[in-house]
Amino acid sequence: MRIVVDFDLCESNAVCMGIAPEIFEVRDDDFLYVLDENPPESMRAKMEESVQRCPKQAISIAED
Amino acid sequence: MNSTTVIVGASLAGINAARTLRLQGQEGPIIVVDADPERPYDRPPLSKQMLTGEWEPEKILLPAGKEDLGLDFRLGVRAKAVDLSARQITLEGSGGQMETTAFDSLVIASGASARRLPDSAGIAGVHVVRTLADSLALREELDAGPSRVVVVGAGFIGAEVASSCRKRGLDVTLVEAMPLPLERILGAEMGRVCAQVHIENGVDLRLGTGVLQLETETVDGVEKVVGVALTDGTTVAAEVLVVGIGVSLNTEWLEGSGLTLEDGVVCDNTLLAAPGVVAAGDIARYPSARFGRMLRVEHWETAIAGGEAAALRLLAEASGETPAVFDPIPWFWSDQYDRKIQLAGRPMPTDQCVVVHGSTDEFRFVALYGDGDHLTGVLGMNRPRHVVQLRAIFEEGASFSEACERAATL
Ligand SMILES: Cc1cc2nc3c(=O)[nH]c(=O)nc-3n(C[C@H](O)[C@H](O)[C@H](O)COP(=O)(O)OP(=O)(O)OC[C@H]3O[C@@H](n4cnc5c(N)ncnc54)[C@H](O)[C@@H]3O)c2cc1C
Ligand code: SF4
Repeated sequence: MRIVVDFDLCESNAVCMGIAPEIFEVRDDDFLYVLDENPPESMRAKMEESVQRCPKQAISIAED
Repeated sequence: MNSTTVIVGASLAGINAARTLRLQGQEGPIIVVDADPERPYDRPPLSKQMLTGEWEPEKILLPAGKEDLGLDFRLGVRAKAVDLSARQITLEGSGGQMETTAFDSLVIASGASARRLPDSAGIAGVHVVRTLADSLALREELDAGPSRVVVVGAGFIGAEVASSCRKRGLDVTLVEAMPLPLERILGAEMGRVCAQVHIENGVDLRLGTGVLQLETETVDGVEKVVGVALTDGTTVAAEVLVVGIGVSLNTEWLEGSGLTLEDGVVCDNTLLAAPGVVAAGDIARYPSARFGRMLRVEHWETAIAGGEAAALRLLAEASGETPAVFDPIPWFWSDQYDRKIQLAGRPMPTDQCVVVHGSTDEFRFVALYGDGDHLTGVLGMNRPRHVVQLRAIFEEGASFSEACERAATL
């Protein structure tokens, strides 16, 4: 599972960080950083929740 | 679960209930009814990117509405009445034809409609923003470059419409009946900050005054708004008038059903309104132990979370499992000009409010609300990281003073 963020859509509202701070981090520069683009399978539910809850539909999961 | 579920409302709460039911194992039919003929779409962009013209309608389709979940969509169809003992719902098609459909379980997600000014029906140039059609109709008038837009109501939607009009370079007058915008939600101190944001962005803000009457002109048989007379005795010329004075709940089809309707559909703390009947989203009122009162929350995230929880509630009822309590911390955002306002929690306007990060002069800060030492809210302006971190601290049950201390370390 690979996490793909469309940074043209992302507005750094940190919703994903609220769900999975170990993967998503909005820093003081107001940009989102993906800390681990290939999260372990055990994080799948949280990654799917992040996809659903991102108000900008900016997150997707690629299977490769 | 091999029974039939009817969901009324194919918006955020309804569609997420449908998706959850299907993904969590409901095999029987899921009929999703909505009076709006459009494919399910997302509302927050209607006052933001859709009005500025940045986005087109395809971009706001709800992802769950595009998934292949085997849902039986009935779009352009309105629920008219429900008989809970006979387990039947009466539906009206777009052509006015009536039909009765049987169900085993029902999800009430019919949300809310925009309130309008009295006596404004049929007057050209007067708008509300709740549906895609509303947003497109307003956008068309904004495209024509009106000399001034008057927005009535400085709540979140009015503020966002004002912001979108300013982004287009249009002159805007924003009229608010209360002495400060958002005072009932954010308190006076933060209401003042929100007022200042409008002023800094070139809005002609008129506080503490309401609409006395619309001034209209009839040209070629069409009555059109040309101005608005305010209760403070002034008149403002307006080619376009946008009304953002709150919502009325879509409960008419539930009258006489036996459900308790009191500013929403009254549910228990698991969103159950009656056996086999759940409610979610803007329309659901539920007891919150966290805030010690009944809540009805008109936020995007609560509609998603409520839709999911309502679906799981039905599944728990069918399987005999213990249902989960629904009591999340309400959270929303609002985009105004270049500011992002986020609020987690449900403060009372009289709660104490302390800025714990940044400064209100820079419009970049975080503030905490407390009722005594009970933490009731986290407000941020252009501070999303802090809001999210403090929301997690809130979730852990921190007191107001504890949250203030921990805020200093973030
Ligand atoms: C312009 C705008 C901007 C917003 N911006 C934000 C924001 O920035 N942040 C935020 O947190 N929230 C925002 N919100 C709030 C958020 O969009 C709502 O909380 C959410 O849409 C509620 O979803 P819902 O499914 O409960 O109800 P609704 O979205 O109101 O949907 C109810 C659906 O039921 C249908 N319906 C009603 N009655 C019937 C009937 N009798 N028969 C059949 N169908 C019926 C309606 O057609 C509608 O599609 C905004 C709302 C609007 C309108
Ligand atoms: S939730 Fe979406 S928009 Fe918000 S920071 Fe994450 S990716 Fe960006």
